[in-house]
Amino acid sequence: MNQSERLDRTFAALTDPTRRAILAQLERDDDGATVSDLARPHAIKLPAVMKHLDILDDAGLITRSKSGRTVTVRLQPKPMREAMEWLRRYERFWSASLDRLALYAEAKEAEARKGRK
Amino acid sequence: MTSLTLVRRIRARPSIVFDALVTAEGIAQWWGPDAGPVLIAEADARIGGRFKVRFRLLDGTEHESTGEYLEIAKPERVKMTWRWTYGGADPGESLIEMSLRPVAEGTELTFTHSRLQDEESSRSHEAGWSGALDKLEAIFARGAAGPSR
Repeated sequence: MNQSERLDRTFAALTDPTRRAILAQLERDDDGATVSDLARPHAIKLPAVMKHLDILDDAGLITRSKSGRTVTVRLQPKPMREAMEWLRRYERFWSASLDRLALYAEAKEAEARKGRK
Repeated sequence: MTSLTLVRRIRARPSIVFDALVTAEGIAQWWGPDAGPVLIAEADARIGGRFKVRFRLLDGTEHESTGEYLEIAKPERVKMTWRWTYGGADPGESLIEMSLRPVAEGTELTFTHSRLQDEESSRSHEAGWSGALDKLEAIFARGAAGPSR
């Protein structure tokens, strides 16, 4: 998978509010959470939660490990960091541009005021 | 839909800010992420008209983007498509919308760059994305994900 495909997967996985809530919950819990822990706050059945976990797993956003009958889910922060970094590049680009735009427009405004006197 | 919104308050009237946004003369003064020069600035600010901007970064690399104006409503709103055409990977066409609102000190500019994600995959997910960036930031507010301003 190249970077663009990875980003697509990450963003697609994040489009769903339940999946975002699951990630937020995992972020709070460094030791990971069980599938039933994750299902509890949501008004959905276990199979639906499993489906969301499959999508998050495919996107590399979580890992699952099994011990006996218990599956522990942990956050895998790298893909999200990569997605954030990608968005931040655009943010830096436009932020710096708009700072200069403001300076330029303010100089133009000062000129216009002087011209009116 | 992947999008980024920035808001700036500028001490200049909306018509002046508007001209700075859509004229070649204006664009040449501000476009680009560092103090490197704008090499080409062309802007035909009417619906269906095109713009082209090429700039050189301080590291010496050159980048160019072009697009088409979709909406021009002076001095309130500009909408245009946007695409990298030189100097890096092309992630596809995205959309820029700039709204200007008069405020006491001058103008409040709201700048939105949207559809940043590859169009093919974003189409089916557009409805769900909005606000996800905020959530992402919230999730990482605690972590060392990067700078916060």
